[in-house]
Amino acid sequence: MSLGHFNYWLAIAIIMIGFYGVIARKNLLKQAIALGLFQTGVFLFYVSMGVVRTDEGEPGMAPIWTDAAKTGPFDNPLPHVLMLTAIVVSVSTLAVAVAIIVNIKRRYGTIEEDEILEMDQRDRAQIGS
Amino acid sequence: MDLLLTTVFDLLGSLMAAGLPTWQLDLSPTVAVAVPLVGAFLIAMAGKWPNLREATTLITAAALFWVVINLTNFLQATPEAELFVDVVPGMPLAFHLEPLGMIYALIASSLWILNSIYSIGYMRGNDEKNQTRFYVCFALSIASVMGIAFSANMFTLFIFYEALSLATFPLVTHKGTKEALRSGRTYLGILMGTSVCLMLPAMVATYVYCGTLDFTQGGVFAQPLADGVLTPALFGIIFAMYIYGVGKAALMPSHRWLPAAMVAPTPVSALLHAVAVVKAGVFSVLKISVYIIGVDQLRLYGQGGWLVYVAGGSIVIASFIALFQDNLKRRLAYSTISQLSYITLGAALLYPISAAAGAMHIAAHAFGKITLFFAAGSIYTAAHKTKISELDGIGRKMPWTMGAFTIGTLSMIGLPPTGGFISKWYLMRGAWTAESKFAIAVLCTSTLLNAAYFLPIVYRAFFKAPPEPEHHDDHGDGHDDHGDGHDDHHDHGEAPWPIVLALTCTAAATVVLFFYPNLFAGYADMLAEAMPK
Amino acid sequence: MDWFPEFFRPHLPVLVVILPLFGGLLAPFTALIRRGGGIFAWLWTALITAAVFVCATVLLYDVHTGGEAITYRLGSWPEQYGIGYTVDSLNAYVIFVVALIAFLATIYAKDSVIDEIVIDRHHLFYTVWMLAIAGLLGITVTGDTFNIYVLLEISSLTVYTLIAMGGERDRRALVASLKYLVLGSIGATFILLGIGYLLMLTGTLNMADMHAKLVEMHQAGELAGNKTVMVSFAFLMVGLSLKMALFPLHLWLPNAYTYAPSSVSALVASTATKVGVYMTFRFVFTIYGGGVFDSGEDLHFLALCASAGIVVSSFSAIRQVNVKRVLAYSSVGQIAYIVLGFSLANQDGVTASVIHIFNHAVIKGGMFMAIGAVALRMGGTSVDDIKGIGKRMPLTAAAFTVGGCGLIGVPLTAGFVSKWYLVVGTMQEGYWYLAFVVLLGGVLALIYVWRLIEMIWFHEPVDPDKEVEEAPLSMLIPMWILIGASVFFGVNASWTADSAAAAARLLLAGGM
Repeated sequence: MSLGHFNYWLAIAIIMIGFYGVIARKNLLKQAIALGLFQTGVFLFYVSMGVVRTDEGEPGMAPIWTDAAKTGPFDNPLPHVLMLTAIVVSVSTLAVAVAIIVNIKRRYGTIEEDEILEMDQRDRAQIGS
Repeated sequence: MDLLLTTVFDLLGSLMAAGLPTWQLDLSPTVAVAVPLVGAFLIAMAGKWPNLREATTLITAAALFWVVINLTNFLQATPEAELFVDVVPGMPLAFHLEPLGMIYALIASSLWILNSIYSIGYMRGNDEKNQTRFYVCFALSIASVMGIAFSANMFTLFIFYEALSLATFPLVTHKGTKEALRSGRTYLGILMGTSVCLMLPAMVATYVYCGTLDFTQGGVFAQPLADGVLTPALFGIIFAMYIYGVGKAALMPSHRWLPAAMVAPTPVSALLHAVAVVKAGVFSVLKISVYIIGVDQLRLYGQGGWLVYVAGGSIVIASFIALFQDNLKRRLAYSTISQLSYITLGAALLYPISAAAGAMHIAAHAFGKITLFFAAGSIYTAAHKTKISELDGIGRKMPWTMGAFTIGTLSMIGLPPTGGFISKWYLMRGAWTAESKFAIAVLCTSTLLNAAYFLPIVYRAFFKAPPEPEHHDDHGDGHDDHGDGHDDHHDHGEAPWPIVLALTCTAAATVVLFFYPNLFAGYADMLAEAMPK
Repeated sequence: MDWFPEFFRPHLPVLVVILPLFGGLLAPFTALIRRGGGIFAWLWTALITAAVFVCATVLLYDVHTGGEAITYRLGSWPEQYGIGYTVDSLNAYVIFVVALIAFLATIYAKDSVIDEIVIDRHHLFYTVWMLAIAGLLGITVTGDTFNIYVLLEISSLTVYTLIAMGGERDRRALVASLKYLVLGSIGATFILLGIGYLLMLTGTLNMADMHAKLVEMHQAGELAGNKTVMVSFAFLMVGLSLKMALFPLHLWLPNAYTYAPSSVSALVASTATKVGVYMTFRFVFTIYGGGVFDSGEDLHFLALCASAGIVVSSFSAIRQVNVKRVLAYSSVGQIAYIVLGFSLANQDGVTASVIHIFNHAVIKGGMFMAIGAVALRMGGTSVDDIKGIGKRMPLTAAAFTVGGCGLIGVPLTAGFVSKWYLVVGTMQEGYWYLAFVVLLGGVLALIYVWRLIEMIWFHEPVDPDKEVEEAPLSMLIPMWILIGASVFFGVNASWTADSAAAAARLLLAGGM
C-alpha cells in the first residue's frame, strides 16, 4: 500500500532534501539551487496527483480527446497544467535569486553567508548603525 | 452668604454679558473645550510676538472663565448628554453638565487666569526658553481638563485623561535637561502605563458586562450584579482596576510621577500638578465611584472597603515622607499626595456626605496648594532658592510671598480662617457618619503631621535671622566666583509684580472660601443629593 | 458615482489588476523619451495608479450599494473551469486600502527615487513597482486559489527586486532581499502544497466550491480524523505565517524593510503583509469556515504565536538604533495584533483585525514616508539623524509623532479604535490574559515610540551647522493624507468600523 504511493514518497523526499539544502548550505548559490529542488518536489507531487487508475489498476490515458479514445479513464490534466505555470514561477524565482547573488558577489566579493555576515558586523562596528 | 455670592457671580456674568451679544444662551460644554483649543492655535500663531502671545493667553483664559460661569446657569440635576461625535459606533464623544464637573471646571478656569498672570512674571523673570511651546501646551492641557470635567461617559473621560498626560509632557520636560527627560519618562510611563493597563481593561469589562459607559446616577453595575452575570469578587477587582488605573490620583504606590513632575517650571507645578492634573485624578475617582461603580453597590456587595485603608495609609505615609524633604517643591508634592488621598478617602467612605466632602476638598486644596506653589516659584525667581534650609529670614524680604504662603499652610493643615477648615469639617462629618474609627484617626494624625512639616517653614521664614554671608569674610579670593550667589543673598526683594499679584489673589481666595463656603458647597450638596441614600 | 463610464463598470474587478499589469509592462518604453530623466516613467505610473485608485473606489461604492458580491468570470469561463474574480465587502475594502496606498506611495516616490535610484534605472524601477501593485491587487480580487499562488509570486518576486534596488545605497539590502526571497519562496511553496492537498480533497480550485465541498464533507462526518484536510491546513498556515511575518517566522522582515529604498518601505510595509493577512482570512474563514477549522480553539495556536510576537517584537524594537528597524519590528507586532484579533473568531475580534488592516496601513505608511523624508534630507535613518528634526523639519516630525501616537494606541487616533475592538473581543471570550498582552504591547510601544519622539523634539541635532530644509511637498502631501486619515478615522471611525464589521460578519458566516 505504502509502496503504491511511491511517487509521493519520492516527491516528499525531494522536497525535504531541497528544504534541508536551503537551511544548511552557507553558499548562497547552493541555497538557490536547493530552493529550485524544493519547488521541483512540489511539481512532482502535483503531477502524481493527476494520475488516475481504473479499478483494475490500469493507468489512465493522456487526456487527449480523439475518436479512438473517448471512454477514458483520462488522467486529470488540471494539475499538470498548473505545474506549467509553477515551473515558470520557479524559473523566475531562480533568475531573480541569481541576479541578486551576482550583485552580492560584486559588492561583497563573496557569496558565503557567514563571510557576508562577518563583513556586515564589521561595518556596523565601524559606522555605529 | 450664598445669596451674596450668587449676586457676585450674577453681577460678574451680567457685566461680561453687557458688552457682548446675547448668544450666551446657546453655550454648551463643547464651547468650554473649544475655547482653549482655539486659544492654543492662536497662541501658536502669535508665537513671534511675545506680548501679543501673552495677551492671547490672558484673553483665552478670561473667555473660558466667562463661558464656564455662564454654563452654571444650565446646570441641572439630571444632565442631558450632548453628543459630539461617535468615535466607534456606540461609543460617543459626549459632554454634559453636572455638579462635580462644574466645581472642577470653575476651579481650573478661574485659576488659569491667575496662573497665566503668574506665568508671565515667572517665565520672563527666569528667561525660560521655548515659551511659545509652553503656552500652547498649557492651553491644550486646559482644553483637556475641560473635556474631563464635562465628559458624559467614561470613554470621553478616558480620551481627555490621556490627552492631558500627553499635553503636559512637554511642560514637564520643559528644561530639556537629562534629569527633566528622565522625570518626563517616569511621569508619562506611570500615568500612561496605569491608565492603559488598568483603566482601559476595566472600561472594556464594564462595557462587556453592562453594555454602556455613560455616567449614570447610581452606577451601571446594578443590573449585571443582580442578574448574577458578574460576581461580586470580579466587581471588586474592576473597582480596584479603576482606582489604580487613575494614576493621576497619586494613590500610593503609584504616586512616584508627582515628585518627578516637579522638575517642571513652577507655573506648571502650581496649576497642573497641584490643581488640574491631580484633580483630574481624584475627580475621576469620585466620578467613577459615584456614576459608574455606584457607592451603594459597593456597600451592598461589601467591596471596596480596602480603599479606606489604602487612602488613609497614603495620607499618613506621604506626610511622613514630606517631613524629610528639604526641597520645597518636593515637600509640597508629597503634601499634595497626602491631600489627594483625603479626597479618595471621601469617596472610599461610601456615603453621600463624604463624597461631598471630597468634592469640597477639591476646591479647598486647589486654592491653598496653588498659593504655596506660587510662593515657591516666587522665592525661586527672586532669590534662586529651592531648599527649605536656605529660607531663614526670607519672610522679611518677601513679606507678601511669605504671608500668602502662611495662609496656604493654614489651609493645608485645616485651620480657620481658610477653606481647608471647611472641607476637613465635612470630611470629619463623613467619617463619623460612616463610623470609621480608622478614618477619624487618620484625619487627626495627618493634621498633626501637616502642622509638623509646614509650620517650621513659616517659623524659619519669619522668626529666624537671615544667614550670615560667611564666605564674604572668610574667602577673599572666592568672592568673585560666588558673585551671583552673593548678590542673591542681599539684593533681592519681592518677585516681579505679576507673581505677587497672582499669589495674593489665590491667598485671598483661600480665605474667601472660609467665609463663603457655599460657593462650592452648593454644588457638593447637589452631588450628595443626586446619590442614593 | 454615476460619472463612471458604463462601458468599464462591469469590468472593474479585472481592471484593477490589468491596469497596473500592462501599465508596468509598458513603462520601460518611457525610456525612449530621452529628456527629463525618469520623470515620464513616474508620470505614467502616477497616472496608472490614480486610475486604479478611481476603479477601486468605484468598486467599493458598487459593492456597498449593491449589497452583494460582484463576480467576474475571466474569458467568460464558468468558475469551475476558468478563473473567477469575486469582490465582496471584505476584499473591496482591502483593494481600496491597497490602491490608496499605492497611489500615495507613487506620488511620494518621485523625489525619493530621484535621490536613491540611479537615473537610468527609473523606468525599470517603476515597471517592477507597478507589477508589484498588480500582484497585490490580484491576490485580493481573485476567487481562485491557484491564481492566488501565481499572483503571490508575481508580487513577491517584484518586491524582492524592489528591495534589492536599495543595494545601490547600502549593500546589505541585497542580502536582506535574498533572505526574503528564500524564505518567501519557501512560504509560497508551502501554500502551493496546501492548495494541492485541498485540490486532492475537493477536486476544485475555486474558493467558494472548495468551501461548499468541505462543509458538505464536514456535515457528513467524513472529515473527522481526515489527515489530508489537516495537512493542507498545516501547510497553508505555515506558508501564510511566513508571508505575513507572524512571529516566529518574521525574521526576513526587519532587514528587508530597513534597507529597502524609502518609497518601497512605505509601499511594502503598508500593503504586502496586509495582503498576506487577507489571504489568511480567505483560507481560514472562506475555505475552512462553516465549522471545519474556524473556531477559536482551532486557531488558539495563532493567538499564542501572536501574543509572543507582540511582546518579543516590541522588546526588539526598543533596542534598535535604526529608526526604520524600529518601525519594522513594530510592524511585526502590529501584524500580531491583527492575527490575534481573528484568531478569536468572534465578531469584535475579526472586526478589530479588518479595521487594523486599514489603520495600520495608513499609520505605518505615513511613518515610513516621514522617515523616508528624513533620509532624503539628512542622508540616513539612524537615531542620530532624527535628533532635533522637530525644529528643522517640523511638518515631517509632527507627522511622525502623530503616527507614533497611533502605534501606541492613544485615544482619538486610529490605533486606539483597533485596540478597543481587540480588547472587547478578547474579553468577550473571557481571555483576560490576551487582553493584558494587548495592553502590554501598547505600553511597550509607548517606550519605543517615545524614545524616538524625545530625540525628535527634545534633543539637539548632532551637526547643528548643517542646513536642512523641510521635505518637498510631493512627500509631505501623501504623508499627511495618510496621517490625517489616521486621525480622522480615530475621531470618527463610523466608516471604517461599519465596513470592518460587515466584512467580519461575512467572514464568520463562512461566506464568499
